Amino acid sequence: MYSLVPLITLFPLLGFLANGFFGRKIKNEKIVGSLSTIAVTLSFIVAAAIFIEMLGFPVEERKHVVSLFTWISAGTLATNVAYQVDQLSILMTLIVTGVGSLIHLYSIGYMHGDRGYWRFFTYMNLFIFMMLNLVLADNYLLMFLGWEGVGLCSYLLIGFWYERNFEKSTTSEAAKKAFIVNRIGDFGFLIGLFLMFVTFGSLNYDSVFLQAAGLEKGNSVIMWMTLFMFLGSTGKSAQIPLYVWLPDAMAGPTPVSALIHAATMVTAGIYMVARSSILYALAPTTMEVIAVIGLLTAFFAGTIGIVQNDIKKVLAYSTVSQLGYMFLGCGVGAFAGGLFHVMTHAFFKALLFLGSGAVIHAMHEEQDIQKMGGLQKYMPWTYKTFLVGALAISGFPFLSGFFSKDEILWKSFANGSAAYWVIGIIAAGITAFYMFRLVSLTFLGSERFDPHHVHPHEAPKTMLIPLIVLGVLSLIGGFVGIPHVLGGSNAFEEFLEPVFTAANDKMLLPFHDAPGVEISLMLVSVVVGLFGMYAGWKIYTEKRQIADTAARKFPLLYNLLLNKYKIDELYDAVIVTPIKQTSDKFLWKIFDVKIIDDALNVSAKTIDKTAGVFRKIQNGVVQNYAVVFVAGILFVIGWLIAR
Amino acid sequence: MEIKFLHIGILTWITFLPVLGMIVVLLLPKEQKQAIRWTSLAFTILQVILAVVIFQNFDRTLAGINSKEGMQFVEQYRWIDIKSTSWIGRIAIDYFVGIDGISVPMVLLTALISCIAVISSFSIEKSIKGYFALLLLLDTGMMGVFVALDFFLFYVFWEIMLLPMYFLIGVWGGPRREYAAIKFFIYTLLGSVLMLLAMLALYFSVTIKDGNEVIHTFNMLAMMNPENFVHGSLLEGVGTSWRYVAYIALFIGFAIKVPAFPFHTWLPDAHVEAPTAISVILAGVLLKMGTYGLMRIAFPIFPDAAIHYLYPLAFIGFINIIYGAYCAMAQKDFKKLIAYSSVSHMGIVLLGMAAMNTQGMMGAMFQMFNHGTITAMLFLIVGVIYDRAHTRGLDDFGGLMNKMPKYSGIMMIAFFAALGLPGLSGFISEAFSFLGAFQTFKWLTIASAFGIILTAAYMLWTLQRVFLGTLPEKWNNLTDINGREMAMLVPLAVIVIILGIYPSPVLDLMNSSANALVDFVKNSAGIAMLGQ
Repeated sequence: MYSLVPLITLFPLLGFLANGFFGRKIKNEKIVGSLSTIAVTLSFIVAAAIFIEMLGFPVEERKHVVSLFTWISAGTLATNVAYQVDQLSILMTLIVTGVGSLIHLYSIGYMHGDRGYWRFFTYMNLFIFMMLNLVLADNYLLMFLGWEGVGLCSYLLIGFWYERNFEKSTTSEAAKKAFIVNRIGDFGFLIGLFLMFVTFGSLNYDSVFLQAAGLEKGNSVIMWMTLFMFLGSTGKSAQIPLYVWLPDAMAGPTPVSALIHAATMVTAGIYMVARSSILYALAPTTMEVIAVIGLLTAFFAGTIGIVQNDIKKVLAYSTVSQLGYMFLGCGVGAFAGGLFHVMTHAFFKALLFLGSGAVIHAMHEEQDIQKMGGLQKYMPWTYKTFLVGALAISGFPFLSGFFSKDEILWKSFANGSAAYWVIGIIAAGITAFYMFRLVSLTFLGSERFDPHHVHPHEAPKTMLIPLIVLGVLSLIGGFVGIPHVLGGSNAFEEFLEPVFTAANDKMLLPFHDAPGVEISLMLVSVVVGLFGMYAGWKIYTEKRQIADTAARKFPLLYNLLLNKYKIDELYDAVIVTPIKQTSDKFLWKIFDVKIIDDALNVSAKTIDKTAGVFRKIQNGVVQNYAVVFVAGILFVIGWLIAR
Repeated sequence: MEIKFLHIGILTWITFLPVLGMIVVLLLPKEQKQAIRWTSLAFTILQVILAVVIFQNFDRTLAGINSKEGMQFVEQYRWIDIKSTSWIGRIAIDYFVGIDGISVPMVLLTALISCIAVISSFSIEKSIKGYFALLLLLDTGMMGVFVALDFFLFYVFWEIMLLPMYFLIGVWGGPRREYAAIKFFIYTLLGSVLMLLAMLALYFSVTIKDGNEVIHTFNMLAMMNPENFVHGSLLEGVGTSWRYVAYIALFIGFAIKVPAFPFHTWLPDAHVEAPTAISVILAGVLLKMGTYGLMRIAFPIFPDAAIHYLYPLAFIGFINIIYGAYCAMAQKDFKKLIAYSSVSHMGIVLLGMAAMNTQGMMGAMFQMFNHGTITAMLFLIVGVIYDRAHTRGLDDFGGLMNKMPKYSGIMMIAFFAALGLPGLSGFISEAFSFLGAFQTFKWLTIASAFGIILTAAYMLWTLQRVFLGTLPEKWNNLTDINGREMAMLVPLAVIVIILGIYPSPVLDLMNSSANALVDFVKNSAGIAMLGQ
């Protein structure tokens, strides 16, 4: 079975090629859409089969590398196109292909009638292909191929409706921003890889990790290496300081937001940190940086989410915030916990985005939740599934998000500090609050749209099925990781743990066996979560005046949040504008044209003028020549005499 | 390895086929436009076929560089032999050609780009007989530069190529063609003069045994052996100041061609005025002569000076990368933007070779090849739109994506290859160059790698301005690319993709030679340092 792993990437590649070359000629939407969907589903089936086979193997035999061909070889650098199947990569593969195929199915209905229908599915399959290369690679160079490849697809899909305007700007502007901000991260990633190659002489996981396991903790080279690589993560996974592209990425079609900008691509940064766990374990400073960045992002993005009015924007900021949690988990050494949240988040966030897509469709492309309300009775299934998603992300007891978030919070307390836990809990409360604000404003309360122009309707079946499947997964998905303290076996962590053994050996985390503490912390978080949910629900269904008064009383804070702390404006003023100005006003118009080129032109003119003088001498009048000739002879003679 | 047709070696064939084509073209009556075009195409296609034969038969294990035995398809005949002159002595110059891993990718590239340039030139209407004759002569000049192993022969080809280029820009170019042509000419001539001086200094310093007689020589391989330098001659010894001077003279000669900062300002002007096909050749092949000359001549003949000046070389590479990118960002003219992107991308070649290790050297060599194909695509893409709209202003366009889907698809490949997207050829060579350079110059490389962000910025900005957004009314009747344009763009796109996924075919060609060159330069310089 393991040898079939190339098939996992092959199917989406074929789907991409088929639609890319012939999609425009196939006029039938059904064929184009199902082709892509089937391709991804087939990959999922193969991945599932490999996963089942893997469960049958003893733990130490679960990892396997399937090598396809030598990609690059120069001097000591030899890199293969090779796929590594292990617990971590198969988990990611299942998420990508599983959630991916559901979103493909959903898109068949969602993209119906779009002029670029075939283009959409072509890009989507290319994305799946690249993402699978990212997670299945057995070396960093191939991972980087996938890493940049998903960035390309993200770019293409954000700018998919490239003729449309998006907020104050255009979709193509948003797409460009996403790519360039990611490039800044990739720059860091690349420098990290250079350092890695110089240090270990290889970019292959096996060789690097084996050598790393022999190093001492606190090595400064490893610290820089991991910091640079983490810069890459902040780009791809939208963390401070590079998160600014993700909210704008909502310019793309909603299934894209669900798949790429919520469930899969943005988790690549967490995957990379988890994959390199041994390196990060050697660099406690980097770990601390990761935890703090993750925590801050979780908190700040959450606060922005409170006041946004665009349904997708709220979800976007909540994604940024949830990704922060995952990094917090990794930062305190709970890699498995971070990945647990990657999985559950993929379920409920994909669900929420797809639900929001159904709402946007029903509302005739309206995204402002102030102009919605009471949709519950028009779209009961969308409402029910959306509610499940909201409960899951808010950490409602025993839903998927509850287990994964609590795992991270507990570890942040146990391995990190109480401060981490406190801020984490506050952010969790904020999440619950704005999620129920969103639910209330969208589905409950009074109808604030014009019923003459807008006729909300339930989504078609191809869109509802994915919603229901994801709803079920959001409900029960957490049961694979019930912690011991609640009588579970934490099967999820147990399954993944072998991948992190080497890292755990280095970190020597304190062993906390304090079920009492764990239970009480859990209770606190449940209470905070429930309170947030209740407040969000109560205020935005019945007591709107509370929110309005708050906004009036603290206009400064409210506007600051509404304007997202003006970070975009800050970056524009400090980075973008100076670069453009230097480029245009100084380096090009002054330095290149005036200084370098004019220097040349001036010297050319000088030569021309000097030549002009000499030209006058050679005027062809023989008498003049004779005069000069005689004068010359006289001069020579005179010189000889005088000597 | 030796392949002959009619007792003439394959390298001679591949070099002089275009001249044969030129003769045929000149014999045709000038009204026979189609015949002239197709004859030119036939000869360049033949050249491509020969290039494929060379590719097939090239021995990947031989290194070349400084040994004649390591060179392949060698031909060496006495060309000029002036028995005795009063004060110079006997002048004996060989027709000496051969290729190794440094030159073979360039030979392939030259054949390919020339052929594509001919296809692209089918749209030329103005006195096409003269045009194609000059184009073919240019082809011979370029090919000759890459196969010559005798410095004098190299110089002759170098100059042969200059003249047709001058006329092609000056006669068939845009509105400011004369200014651009003369600028190109003067710059290159300045480089040639410096190269000539260095060459003569080398000639008078180096001797070899010819039979029983000891004679001066232009043989490059002989110049690489310190034992051949006459005792007491100008360039004898190691690390002497005259050697540094000669190296710098050679360097400037080559740097102008690259073009390295601050000798780059001829390039944007030449590109903007040149017809599309000439821009393609200029960026695709001509620029590589500069970096090729450094690898083939300057490095192995003056290893001591090369090692001594590695850091300045890398620094120039860094400036090229960043400065070129900044200048590109400021452009409003599509073609000028691509021209400045060449400055930036050639900087990567300089940085890679300055690393003086296998990865860097291979990265640089591969980047030369990839830049040739990618930039050729970019210039062709500009040409396509210019032919239709008669403007190149970036702000005049928008929303071409849906109007010209095939064109946009190909454009996408070229643009993303140019900004170094993994999976396309440009990434591998850039990554190698940076990786190699990082091992030698840590901070300079980090600063240079910043260029990948700038490149993404100006490339995507261009893409946005031309292809995305809304289509202006006036371009409603633009047509998608036709068969001829596909014929020149698709092969390049295929190469860019294949080499991105599976670069081994080209990397294998270069591997031995890159290793040998690095070892040779380092060892020679190492010995030099010990000897001091």
